[in-house]
Amino acid sequence: MSRRVVITGLGTLTAAGVGIEALWQTVTAGQSSLDRISNFDPSRFDVQIAGEVRDFKIAKFVPKSYRKATKVMARDIELAVAAADQAVRHAGLNTPGIDPEADRTYPGSRSGCHIGAGLIAADLDELTDALATSTDDDGKFDMHQWGSEGMTHLTPLWLLKYLPNMLACHVTIIHDSQGPSNTITCGEASSALSIGESMRIIERGDADLEFCGGAESKLNPMAFYRQISTGRLTTKANDAPAGAVCPFDAEASGTAIGEGGGIITLEAHETATARGANIYAELVGYGGSHTIYPQGHGLEPDPEGKGIAAAVRAALRNAKLSPDDIDLIIPTGSAIPAYDRSEAAALKSVFGDRLGQIPLWSSKPYVGNCGAGAGGVDTALASMMLTEQTLPARINCNSPIEGLAAASAPSHAAALNHVLVLTTSLGGQNAALILKKA
Amino acid sequence: MNTNKNEHRVVLTGMGAITPLGHDVETIWANLLAGKCGIRPTEHFDAATFPTQFSAQVVDYDYRNFVEHPEYHEHAGLNTRFALGAARQAWANSGLDKVADLDRDRIGLYLGSGEGTLDFENYVATNLKAWDPDKRAIDAVKWAQAARGAFDVYRETEQEANMTLAHVAMELGVSGPAYNCLTACAASTQAIGEAYEILRRGDADVMISGGAHSMIHPLGVTGFNRLTALSTRNDSCITASRPFNRTRDGFVLGEGSGMVVLETLEHAKARGATILAELIGYGSSADAYRITDIHPEGRGPIGAMRQALKQAGLEPTDIDYISAHGTGTKENDSIETRAVKAVFGDAAKSIPVSSVKSMLGHLIAAAGAVELITCLLAMRDSKIPPTINLHEPDPDLDLDYVPNAARDRQVDVALSNSFGFGGQNDTVIIRRFDA
Repeated sequence: MSRRVVITGLGTLTAAGVGIEALWQTVTAGQSSLDRISNFDPSRFDVQIAGEVRDFKIAKFVPKSYRKATKVMARDIELAVAAADQAVRHAGLNTPGIDPEADRTYPGSRSGCHIGAGLIAADLDELTDALATSTDDDGKFDMHQWGSEGMTHLTPLWLLKYLPNMLACHVTIIHDSQGPSNTITCGEASSALSIGESMRIIERGDADLEFCGGAESKLNPMAFYRQISTGRLTTKANDAPAGAVCPFDAEASGTAIGEGGGIITLEAHETATARGANIYAELVGYGGSHTIYPQGHGLEPDPEGKGIAAAVRAALRNAKLSPDDIDLIIPTGSAIPAYDRSEAAALKSVFGDRLGQIPLWSSKPYVGNCGAGAGGVDTALASMMLTEQTLPARINCNSPIEGLAAASAPSHAAALNHVLVLTTSLGGQNAALILKKA
Repeated sequence: MNTNKNEHRVVLTGMGAITPLGHDVETIWANLLAGKCGIRPTEHFDAATFPTQFSAQVVDYDYRNFVEHPEYHEHAGLNTRFALGAARQAWANSGLDKVADLDRDRIGLYLGSGEGTLDFENYVATNLKAWDPDKRAIDAVKWAQAARGAFDVYRETEQEANMTLAHVAMELGVSGPAYNCLTACAASTQAIGEAYEILRRGDADVMISGGAHSMIHPLGVTGFNRLTALSTRNDSCITASRPFNRTRDGFVLGEGSGMVVLETLEHAKARGATILAELIGYGSSADAYRITDIHPEGRGPIGAMRQALKQAGLEPTDIDYISAHGTGTKENDSIETRAVKAVFGDAAKSIPVSSVKSMLGHLIAAAGAVELITCLLAMRDSKIPPTINLHEPDPDLDLDYVPNAARDRQVDVALSNSFGFGGQNDTVIIRRFDA
């Protein structure tokens, strides 16, 4: 018999602020946190809005003894480290990273860490400061100068800021998590895949505690430009960011990028109850799949959403539930029209006509698409919805796609037993999680 | 460990590789047994003044000779092209290409592939055009103007580390659970170990697993040179990769891909597959020590090896061969040796431990998969590949590193180690298949 797995700590950093309470307040109030970009001057970019994490200093989120190491943290790493700190505190766990003097809740060998990460963009100021030392008289880059001297202007540890596994590495060091450890890089599906794999590790007994979820920031000119060039971001709402992202709406014109860290703690039910933990939800189902649609050339989704449906069905089978048991769906809901239709087709094929009665709720209008952090943020929100028995407000959807329960509505009480969290990535990886009321 | 009686046995049924020593498994193997070295001066870019001017590059390779759907991969990056060649070979080697009515939702992928290669020229030019030397900062307005039209959307998108996965899934038409993990130099061993767990628990019938990577580009070499991780023996690059040698001075960057096909035993038997070996143990751990250093006692590697042995139900004396991580850095080889001694005790000195990185260079994310393939071949042919360039033993390193020449030895159980920068450690164990 495999062990039951529960969610005991929620750590989020999003445009809505630091911590799950700030995010919950924002979504229940129905207020979007998307805004004009302040991190750099976006005026010559086709898109000028995003979900930025503001007023955030990493030094507050690491032990004093670890502050020096923050110098080798790219923004993505900072978000993961701070989200993990929030999750541990929210869970009421103690690790050497919280209080080295007090007894720790779990030994290092029983604690694992699977974190989703994206392609980390190099800080352009730092890199170009070094590159600019190696130019010829015309201002063109000179590789010979760079090789012989220029590169020495980069700090020796430069590379370590940008390896995707460093999100997990810093978290494991701070919290002395010595068990199974992994870094999953599957675009927006990364977090949900890392949560699903962490669930399996606890089920089979290889750890009692897992840090999982993910973090990513694409708010760097290069990374941001890449996103714009895929055509996935809305260019129509630079003056009205709060209404920019309209999932499943006839007016949908694309998504927005958000910075996000979403790390949750999973524990074995038996060890969590033994320590008297608050349990926010039980994780009961997980399934993954890959979309095969070569006709899309990597940038267009399968209109039938067959791969997405396969992930949902696998999660339902794993949870031993029928589609009728699902009370709420948190889909990717990116507000990219073709992707919304693909996801809707997938859901329709699984849930049939009942889909019209199951609310669809997307976090994207509030905090944007948090990339590798998205599934962690959504799973944290799903846990809150189950705990509070509340469906937060839905915004920016006045004319939903026919047959979908996605229309704007204020926050209200709702009887929720099972919530499906679904993530799909640019690239084709899909992951579905099913959470149950604790 | 796991006492679930419903769990599946997992076997390896196919392998394929693209490396600096050849574009197929048999050629690579013959070269490794002959002690040949794939290192030469770097040609991918002008490295003439770099601290390290050589690498182990894949040469004369055209992925179109391997794939059935070249039209899907026109924009694919270098690492993805390596992966496609290796995956197609592994798929054909497994015989799955001849099976009708495959349930493709039950065939998954778990890769440990690296990010794609940056469009260095346009990237640097754009940054320099936007540089404000007085503020020592990028002017984002100028940057956006310079970037307009400078970058190719596909080339940019292909850099994401899930794109290799997407291409291999499309090429083979498989739609089961799909993952890419990127745990630095441990990635493809980790991928194979995780694929094994997915099959063991029944979430798929077949998993294609392995990795692909190339960091032989200006910023990749810059990054490793700044870390002083690479050998700088420019006057003798062919002897530069010298794991366990007293005069080792760092690793040598390589590139390529290794892919294997893993199946549940039931699935392999039902289709009459040729079984190469059984995968019986996997261990994963984190050093949780420092970003820059390996734990001096090797507690992470020790944890990974012990976990794998425990899962396999083996005693240290059962291991016939260890494929070392063996990078050729001072620190790695010392600590790996210490960790092997801690785990294997008195048996350590009688187990051959070799590093094919002495010949192939370090394929980073792809290294572990290629090394596991060499373990499969060692088992098949009862031959252990050598650690070349080992003429000056390090007095502190006293294991049997199979110096300089391949050795005849029956291998029934082999263990393969991979350790990543930042302290992610993975070990897998395979055994000769016995029904």
